[in-house]
Amino acid sequence: MKKYEIAKKKVLTSEITQISVYAPLVAAKAKAGQFIILRVDEEGERIPLTISSAENGLVTVIFQKIGGTTLALDELQEGDCLHDFVGPLGVPTHVEDLGRVAVLGGGLGCAIALPVARALYEAGNQVDLIGGFKTKDIVILEEEMGKACTDLHICTDDGTYGYHGFVTGKLEELIQSGVKFDHVFAIGPLLMMKFACKLTEKYNIPTTVSMNPIMIDGTGMCGCCRLTVDGEVKFACVDGPDFDGHKVDFDEVIARNNTYKEQEAKAKEKHLCRLGGGAMNG
Amino acid sequence: MANMQMNKTPMPEQDPNVRNRNFEEVALGYTLEQAQNEAQRCLNCKNKPCVSGCPVGIPIPEFVGKVAEGDLAGAYQLLSDANALPAISGRVCPQETQCEGKCVRGIKGEPVSIGRIERFVADWAAENGLANVATAPKNGHKVAVIGSGPAGLTCAGELARMGYEVSVFEAFHTPGGVLSYGIPEFRLPKAIVKREVANLEKMGVDIELNMVIGKVLTIPELFERGYEAVFIGSGAGLPMFMKIPGESLIGVYSANEYLTRINLMKAYKEGAETPILHNKKVAVVGGGNVAMDAARCAKRLGADVHIVYRRSEAELPARAEEVHHAKEEGIIFDLLTNPVSIEGDETGHVQSITCVKMELGEPDESGRRRPVVIEGSEFKMEVDAVIMALGTKANQMSYGGTPGLEQTRKGCVAADENGCTSCPNIFAGGDAATGAATVILAMGAGKHAAKSIDQYIKSKQ
Repeated sequence: MKKYEIAKKKVLTSEITQISVYAPLVAAKAKAGQFIILRVDEEGERIPLTISSAENGLVTVIFQKIGGTTLALDELQEGDCLHDFVGPLGVPTHVEDLGRVAVLGGGLGCAIALPVARALYEAGNQVDLIGGFKTKDIVILEEEMGKACTDLHICTDDGTYGYHGFVTGKLEELIQSGVKFDHVFAIGPLLMMKFACKLTEKYNIPTTVSMNPIMIDGTGMCGCCRLTVDGEVKFACVDGPDFDGHKVDFDEVIARNNTYKEQEAKAKEKHLCRLGGGAMNG
Repeated sequence: MANMQMNKTPMPEQDPNVRNRNFEEVALGYTLEQAQNEAQRCLNCKNKPCVSGCPVGIPIPEFVGKVAEGDLAGAYQLLSDANALPAISGRVCPQETQCEGKCVRGIKGEPVSIGRIERFVADWAAENGLANVATAPKNGHKVAVIGSGPAGLTCAGELARMGYEVSVFEAFHTPGGVLSYGIPEFRLPKAIVKREVANLEKMGVDIELNMVIGKVLTIPELFERGYEAVFIGSGAGLPMFMKIPGESLIGVYSANEYLTRINLMKAYKEGAETPILHNKKVAVVGGGNVAMDAARCAKRLGADVHIVYRRSEAELPARAEEVHHAKEEGIIFDLLTNPVSIEGDETGHVQSITCVKMELGEPDESGRRRPVVIEGSEFKMEVDAVIMALGTKANQMSYGGTPGLEQTRKGCVAADENGCTSCPNIFAGGDAATGAATVILAMGAGKHAAKSIDQYIKSKQ
């Protein structure tokens, strides 16, 4: 197999794709909670993606087609190679037997919650994995998640499958029914993590979140991914991506992640136009 | 008889009001006539004070003498034997504090422009397809170099010349370190960095990109893979901030981030995938070369740019030429000025920076006069971006946790002037050992460490 070859590609939903990339040195070292940075082509942007699993020389990542780069990535097929693939970056999720834990995954965040849940489960924890999706059609990884926990709770915003409501609703229901969680891990959109932390703060449950700010190098060089934790500036790439959720200034991260929103929207539009143009000509 | 012209032979440059709108090189280089004219100003002093000011020990009067005679191939041979990256150092060295600072001609008038002559010789060699890539026969010993910045590239080049098998591990997708991500195109064209790296590859140096040592492989694992010595040249990575309110607003950049977006990711080019905000008015905080680079980039992206520096012009740490060029290009210097906070609008975007005026008091531990706040001098400047160019601190990712490897108080690798560390088989140099400094000091450190590595490996046999 060639360096950075896409060995396997799986379409999970119309928006979400899973690829397994040949990178044996990275695969040998990767641990739950770590990420990689890739570039699709020579002129491409560097994008960070959290590692979903790693074995047999392959590193699996799951991405959502949200911008120009992820759309270009999705055009690659099995046998194609990425231009760059670097990792494993970041500090692995701290895994130990904490007792009973809840792992919350929101949408694509389930792809990241999965290895964390698996590692915690294998370390002896009783794991409630709560995966939230907008609707039934976009539920991903249900089978894999089922194997990585004690109890799997799927939630949908519209009630078309599983629990009707947000993951935080399900978590609160479990807490109120008498379940005592020793720790909560929340992984997903910033708003979901923010509200999960508000909830667990109320019940005094230590909570770890996995932050995903804008990044360039991923090695602490640019400071672009900085966030405020307990009043101190931290770099998500080298100090994280996991942080104590009760100490993260979420509103600041949410604002910073919107820095290039306009430009990203333009890039996506441009990319879709290019695809459209290709189809018309072809 | 030497040419007794008092001043340096001027080097043609792009007009300031043209170049501050493009990213092409500012200084255009000497012609042969200009280079010879300048070279003939050298008095060929017996005690060679200039050489004592050169971190890589270039035989300056000799190579300058060859240029004066018109023997450019001879000049290149002498130059490139001593300095693996002459086209780079000729452009970015702070010559005024090094070789040229010691030049006897500088006592009355201006020193010989050694840097410009060096650049001319290196560029002439490249244009004529000359590359000094001869190496000793391979000796079968393997050395790993961490980082492909000036320290790592120089160390690798020196070792390859001695016959070692060298692998350079670079975390980024492009080699060059600060030469690629930091120093802008208009000061150091990336084609030149590529050319110098290609020359190293011709010497048999293997460059492995996308390899974050400390993560994908640790230093002990490099030894397990058969490398007999490791050189740490991973730079001083982590950018510093001021710890003032508002530093996380949208539009506040570290200079590293700003320059990386522009230089490495080509954000200034129309259609680049990596975005950058095109700001109207930018404050760059700091007075070093990095601050000048960031300011001049922001200017080229169309902004009005202010350098905000807490000491006076005399203390500006930047190369004299960079300050001069920045001023010519219309950068405004707010000296003796220090930010106290950054304010944002309701969407979290930078709106203004509040500063205080300073005056110089007694000298501090660095020997420079300490800036003191003038009471009641607070004022607000409307800006839509702030770039923090305050220096960097140690990034221990590559070497942290290596058994037996001692660090300095600041977390850098503790290394002596020969690049030796507390581990006999680990060597270090450049910013990773000294904290943020210059390209040429890193090159000097790489060169010295290569010599130490050679001695260490030979001593084992």
